[in-house]
Amino acid sequence: MSEAELDRLFQALADPTRRDIVRRVTVGEYSVSGLAALYAMSFAAVQKHVAVLERASLVAKQKRGREQMVRGNHEGLQKARRLLDEYEAIWRQRAERIADILAEG
Amino acid sequence: MTVISSTKNLEALSFTLIAEFDADIQRVWQLWEDPRQLERWWGPPTWPATFEQFDFRPGGRAGYYMTGPDGQKSRGWWHITAVDAPKRLAFDDGFADEKGDPVEAMGITRGTVNLEAISDGDRTRMTVQSTFESEGQMQQMVEMGMEEGMKEAVGQIDALLAEHSHA
Repeated sequence: MSEAELDRLFQALADPTRRDIVRRVTVGEYSVSGLAALYAMSFAAVQKHVAVLERASLVAKQKRGREQMVRGNHEGLQKARRLLDEYEAIWRQRAERIADILAEG
Repeated sequence: MTVISSTKNLEALSFTLIAEFDADIQRVWQLWEDPRQLERWWGPPTWPATFEQFDFRPGGRAGYYMTGPDGQKSRGWWHITAVDAPKRLAFDDGFADEKGDPVEAMGITRGTVNLEAISDGDRTRMTVQSTFESEGQMQQMVEMGMEEGMKEAVGQIDALLAEHSHA
């Protein structure tokens, strides 16, 4: 993952509304207007959030009739997941080192 | 098995690890409170940590560097936000420049550590929660000797066991 891609990914996930959108569209498909109905903000504001997520490859948009449908982009989400996996490994190692020190008595 | 569970929240970029240790709560707390003991486990074997500053109280700061395999130094800082010995510690953790000043653009990790006495006080459960703030930060942490650390962790365990048998 390039630095620019990473920047987009983290910036996209830094906002609570965008995290909520990602959470929802990973489970099921939503229209932009369906999402807009969930938040106390304008349709345009929600549309903007979706655009940020789309640039970060976290969601994908598809036109259906007059509606824009939003789904989770699994490849983009996979990248974020991999980083968290690696961070998890760091802490697992730390816990193992702590256990080793404690075993010295 | 030391680590009993870990949970990742992808959307919130947060992470929780629960581990249990065969030691009482005061002993586990020492591994956080005493910088010389903290240095022994904070960094992987290929990136050992050295704490130059360690003001372990609410509002206190800690400064450290990690030395990589080629001698390169990567600096970090903590801003300690809560200390409730021997049960709870909270701190912000970030990267620093060569002078030890925080690099704001790299973002901050907010961490909390909770210790709990279990098995009538013979054992201790440690819950670590980390929340990432922003761009590239997690990547850099992961890059700091991560893969090498995995390979060499076995070597370090052997060294510690050898040390123990001499004690």
